[in-house]
Amino acid sequence: MTTPDSSALRAGRAQRILATLATTLAFTGVVALSAFAAPAAHADALDSIARSGVVRIGVFEDYPPFGSIGPDMKPEGYDIDMANLIGKTLNAKVELVQVTGDNRMAYLADHKADMLLSVGETPEREKVIDFSQPYAPYYLAVFGPKSVAVRNAGDLAGKTISVARGTLEDLSVTKIAPPSATIKRFDDPNGAISAFLSGQVQLMVVGNDVGATILARHPANDPEQKFALFSSPDHVGLNKNEPRLKQKIDETIARARKDGTLNAIAVKWLRAPLPADL
Amino acid sequence: MSYAFDFSGFGVYAGMLARGTAVTLGLTAVSTVLGGLVGIGGASVAVAGPRWARTLIAAYVELIRNTPFIVQLFFVFFGLPSLGIHIDEVQAAILAMTVNLGAYAIEIVRAGIESISRGQVQAAQALGLHGRQVFRYVVLPQALANVFPSLLSQVLIVMLGSAVVSQISVPDLTYAANFIQSRNFRSFESYVIITVTYLVLSIVLRQLLNWLARGLFAGRMPHRPDEPRGWRLLLAWRGARTITTER
Repeated sequence: MTTPDSSALRAGRAQRILATLATTLAFTGVVALSAFAAPAAHADALDSIARSGVVRIGVFEDYPPFGSIGPDMKPEGYDIDMANLIGKTLNAKVELVQVTGDNRMAYLADHKADMLLSVGETPEREKVIDFSQPYAPYYLAVFGPKSVAVRNAGDLAGKTISVARGTLEDLSVTKIAPPSATIKRFDDPNGAISAFLSGQVQLMVVGNDVGATILARHPANDPEQKFALFSSPDHVGLNKNEPRLKQKIDETIARARKDGTLNAIAVKWLRAPLPADL
Repeated sequence: MSYAFDFSGFGVYAGMLARGTAVTLGLTAVSTVLGGLVGIGGASVAVAGPRWARTLIAAYVELIRNTPFIVQLFFVFFGLPSLGIHIDEVQAAILAMTVNLGAYAIEIVRAGIESISRGQVQAAQALGLHGRQVFRYVVLPQALANVFPSLLSQVLIVMLGSAVVSQISVPDLTYAANFIQSRNFRSFESYVIITVTYLVLSIVLRQLLNWLARGLFAGRMPHRPDEPRGWRLLLAWRGARTITTER
């Protein structure tokens, strides 16, 4: 039996690794250079949108009811309606760019998308992108049957509430619930929702997006939204230093709120009117 | 590879872990008694009952022994409410554990009953005992003594298997560990704590039940001078297997 010369093999591998490293370094250099050059090329995305007549908007396609693929294989949802609204005011054709939570900031920074939808405001993101006014509510809420009267945290006394353990839902309701409330924690959101739908608990805490999907199925216990716990509304995410585009988007949102268009979108997709404090 | 253990954040959760241990033990105790009764009752029907009852018992045993415990638990907790039967999570856990242990216990006790020789029954009848007395005073005690090690193992399996009742929010030992690691993010430490707790519970419960059996089945066990005593008893893992019946 012949054994391959292992030292030669090792040398070959080392060479390959070096080559890969060199290529990566060179590539990084090019990317870094073009990043410096970028601001000059894209003074304000509003100009390039006006020139091309196309606005590229990054949306999720696996995040119902904000963005998902409908039965006709076309994207649909709150964000898709919002994107069309933006396209109309910018007088441009909408090109939806499918993004994921991991890659979307890169899409925006590389100008593969002019803006992103469904962006929650966080201090980390604040450093790299700009935010429009909020256009969609995102919050955690207590859901329960119409027959159970609950209007605020104090009303949770003596009630049973299901949550998924360790989530933001769990932490926020644990903080506000009176001691006599029983919080039942399940391994995942599905367990918490099943417990609520089968009547094993009186109330549940989920996001308004999940709640809307459940309400859309009209469960037997006739649930409704009781009150909101934690709010982190969605904004349009934009590259920094694009004040004219940002202003245009803010105007679009303000107008849509005033004439009721945005409220209609909220009722259509979230099954609840826009909260007054959005 | 090194991991820095940090148990400093666990002090505030000591009460929760203690309560969890109590819940696990309580569930095991209740379902052991109820499941044992189901086992004895079911086995007596399975060997001497009418044909329809025997078929029913066989169907029950097959259904439970060939489906996962967690599915039985979910059926009781999430399924029964849609049939209009509302029971809380602790009752659901006890019901599922009893039904599960009952099915296995029926098979174990039935094997024990069948291991008793016909001579014993005939001798009892010759002494003038009628049917029920023969079963109660002659067959059953010997049968239970014969299969006690298997029953004991099954009880321990049910106790350890009860970890899954945390899935329906019963605040048992596993629930406590899951809760704690969702708050202080020390998952390895949490599971180390409950692993040791389960281990200690198993060993203590096994010894306790063995000790109980020695009293219960006294006279049916041969005297063994070399049997471990005192603290050595704790290390006698296979102690239960040494119980045999004198006939």
